[in-house]
Amino acid sequence: MMAKSRKELSEGTLNIISSIISILGGLLIGFLILILLEITKSESTISTPFTVMRNFLTYPLQDSGKFIKVFYNAAPLILCGLAVGFAFKAGLFNIGATGQYTLGAFFALVAAILWQFPWWAAMLVGMVVGAFWGFIPGFFKAVFNINEVITTIMLNWAALNLANLLLYNMPKLRIIPPYNRVDKLIARNPSALLPDLGLKELLGTDFFNIGIIIAIVLAVVMFIVLNKTTFGYEVKACGFNKNASTYAGIKAKRTIIMTMVISGALAGIAGGVSFLAGTIQFNIESNLLAMGFNGIPVALLANSHPLGIIASGLFIGYMQVGGQAFEGVYSSEMTNVILSVIIYFSAFALIVSQVIKNIQKKNRLKRGESDEDGSESVSVPETDDSESEDSPEGANAKTMEVSK
Amino acid sequence: MEDYIIEMENIRKEFPGVVANDDVTLRVRRGEIHALLGENGAGKSTLMSVLFGLYRPDLGVIKKNGEVVNISNPNDANDLGIGMVHQHFKLVEVFTVLENIILGAEPTKYGFLTMAETRKKVLDLSEKFNLRVDIDAKIEDISVGMQQRVEILKMLYRENEILIFDEPTAVLTPQEIDELMKIMKELIKEGKSILFISHKLNEIMSVCDRVSVLRKGKYIGTVNVADTNTDALSEMMVGRKVETIKVTPKQIKGQSILKVENLIVPSKLHKNNAVNNVSFEVKAGEILCIAGIEGNGQSELVYGITGLEKTTSGTITLNDTDITGMSIRERNLTGMSHIPEDRHKFGLVLDFNLADNLMLKKYFQKGYHSYGFINKDRVLKHSKELIKKFDIRSGRGSYTTTRSMSGGNQQKAIIAREIDCESELLIAVQPTRGLDVGAIENIHRMLVEQRDNNKAVLLVSLELEEVFDISDRILVMYNGEFVAELNPRKTTPQEIGLYMVGSKRQPQFVKGGE
Repeated sequence: MMAKSRKELSEGTLNIISSIISILGGLLIGFLILILLEITKSESTISTPFTVMRNFLTYPLQDSGKFIKVFYNAAPLILCGLAVGFAFKAGLFNIGATGQYTLGAFFALVAAILWQFPWWAAMLVGMVVGAFWGFIPGFFKAVFNINEVITTIMLNWAALNLANLLLYNMPKLRIIPPYNRVDKLIARNPSALLPDLGLKELLGTDFFNIGIIIAIVLAVVMFIVLNKTTFGYEVKACGFNKNASTYAGIKAKRTIIMTMVISGALAGIAGGVSFLAGTIQFNIESNLLAMGFNGIPVALLANSHPLGIIASGLFIGYMQVGGQAFEGVYSSEMTNVILSVIIYFSAFALIVSQVIKNIQKKNRLKRGESDEDGSESVSVPETDDSESEDSPEGANAKTMEVSK
Repeated sequence: MEDYIIEMENIRKEFPGVVANDDVTLRVRRGEIHALLGENGAGKSTLMSVLFGLYRPDLGVIKKNGEVVNISNPNDANDLGIGMVHQHFKLVEVFTVLENIILGAEPTKYGFLTMAETRKKVLDLSEKFNLRVDIDAKIEDISVGMQQRVEILKMLYRENEILIFDEPTAVLTPQEIDELMKIMKELIKEGKSILFISHKLNEIMSVCDRVSVLRKGKYIGTVNVADTNTDALSEMMVGRKVETIKVTPKQIKGQSILKVENLIVPSKLHKNNAVNNVSFEVKAGEILCIAGIEGNGQSELVYGITGLEKTTSGTITLNDTDITGMSIRERNLTGMSHIPEDRHKFGLVLDFNLADNLMLKKYFQKGYHSYGFINKDRVLKHSKELIKKFDIRSGRGSYTTTRSMSGGNQQKAIIAREIDCESELLIAVQPTRGLDVGAIENIHRMLVEQRDNNKAVLLVSLELEEVFDISDRILVMYNGEFVAELNPRKTTPQEIGLYMVGSKRQPQFVKGGE
């Protein structure tokens, strides 16, 4: 125990621990809100919040169907998270993931239904369209230095209304009643459904497909791109310091455009993964789709680390499925409020890690003081301080000294 | 008991991975000019930031007039009569001098500014201390020297009695430095106490009463200036004997490496050209130094040559290749290395580790990657070589985040990277800015070594000492044009000073006089 408290945490461990602490904090706050809600009711029973919270946390584990749905939800979340996170790494704030997602989804469906493409080709179409929708703000940012936040927000609405307009004018997409939405894939082109590896029937759920595998593979690919390739090096250099990158001869404009293209492509794939699952149908929508925006907390929670995004995507997917446990007890708005609070507080990971660092520092100082009191020695140089005390050998050496 | 106005006792301040101040004690007597001397990264700025309330110390106490005080922000410091002139002035460019002086302590009546009395007060102060300022001019229109006087007036207006000057002479001309020294002596006569942060030993010797030395975050000692000399002080500061690098200027008739003809670079700040029709040559085996006061087009000239900014007209030839229209990378590969003026803005990606920064100009080259995948072993090997060769010191070697390194070592990293490119031309802009004697010695040695290896070195410097120490030839730049070409052996700092402020111009540089 002593040795553990003395140990200096590495940056990575620190990040994971602080994420977990803030998630727990978020759950606690959510729970407090549940209690508040209960108290304000006319007839309140103190046990209700406990039951609801337990249901919420265990709901996805109740049966395999619900558990599979976590992955089903997580797949596009992870992909949108990657889209946002990758742009972050280049110092760009891609608010437009939802627009890229929407058009990616719509054109994947067009390819699947009108052109009868197989799933992978439809997905590619979605990817290309998403990439194009990412290229536009990237181009304006690079060439005219127009803030990408503004262009992507505007393009979100352009994307949504373009999809609506096309859907309205493409009756061949909706020949089965009711005519207000794109027809079910299974009726029009079953080969465009994402493969289920024959597990759908085995698991007894429509929600299983290879989407999650695609998402994880792409997360790993993005990890490799960012950390092992010269392109990733350029992206990060531009993100950290555009001036220094220019100075070093990196073509910052090209890098910005490429980053937005890749970001858009990832969001486009997310659209494909959502809608080629065959479980939902594309409607004429009056509001921006939430999925692209959900990518932002997914990326933030993971500090834009591609592998961390897998975890945070799964976490938010789990919360979403768990949120169904509130249904019937609370209105759907209340469910959203509770979920948002949890996610909101989960994003405090950075603050938590800072707090942990401060505590560690204080402990170290206290030790430094007591060392000096005991032996009157000059304080140990910095490197020794963190390294020798880290290791069990260091601790042993100390106890040996004492015993002497 | 001695009459101390400020005592900082056993101050300790730690940042992640660095102990910036380790048990530092500093005592300033009432009415003295006390110098704080130390290498860059020795902890001077941290100590002053603690005193000024920008950082809280981890351990230790601060006393004023013998009583323990708690300074948790600059307002507390101000209330205690502590004022500071920062190295980079904190002035609002578009406000007038007067508006800047009262900023943060505006005199009001019923919520309205009462400027008339204030104006008189400021004018009185300016007269009393002989601080010449144009009270209604905007900051952006006045000289750096006057801006500094505005900063001093700001402290006086707030009736501060302890004045901290953070490297105040770094941006001044020789004439302005003399004037500042006079002002400081004047302030002492009026009962102020001054803390003077510097690494320029001759300035310390000429105005200060006592000097405290810091080295690597530790307190080394305090001595009376009267009892010491520059050699002893520099040894205290660096921990070993330091020699000044001086070259014997050579008149080179070597091969021309860089040739600039009729170059015009537009200004981003005003309508006139920042660099106006400039021509010169740098030859192999010489250090050509461009001297001048900051903001006379030196930066833009370098941006134009290196490709960071577009030029309007003129040609640039490097190694007999016309590079005028080339991209930055093509220029670099044609044989140009560049130690930029602003090492944080351009020179380094501060959040990258040292190894990544050292490969900033190499990562795309053969051997450093295969099919786009970075060859990590090669990168680390390269980084280790440079760290060893150039003695770059850092906490965790190749894996140190560059942001956490000291200024001197950051600069060493940049120089290592640039020299490692083995370009025929090395452009060094203010390579020793903000560095201490030890680091300056090192950097000068490296530059001279390049010259002796028959490379061409273009040095842009604001420090006349540096200009005289290591240049073979001096060009003085004023208002976007060259006004003199001088031989360092045959001129004096005073003469250069006259060219720098534009009051003199050699006949061959007079317009239309050719």
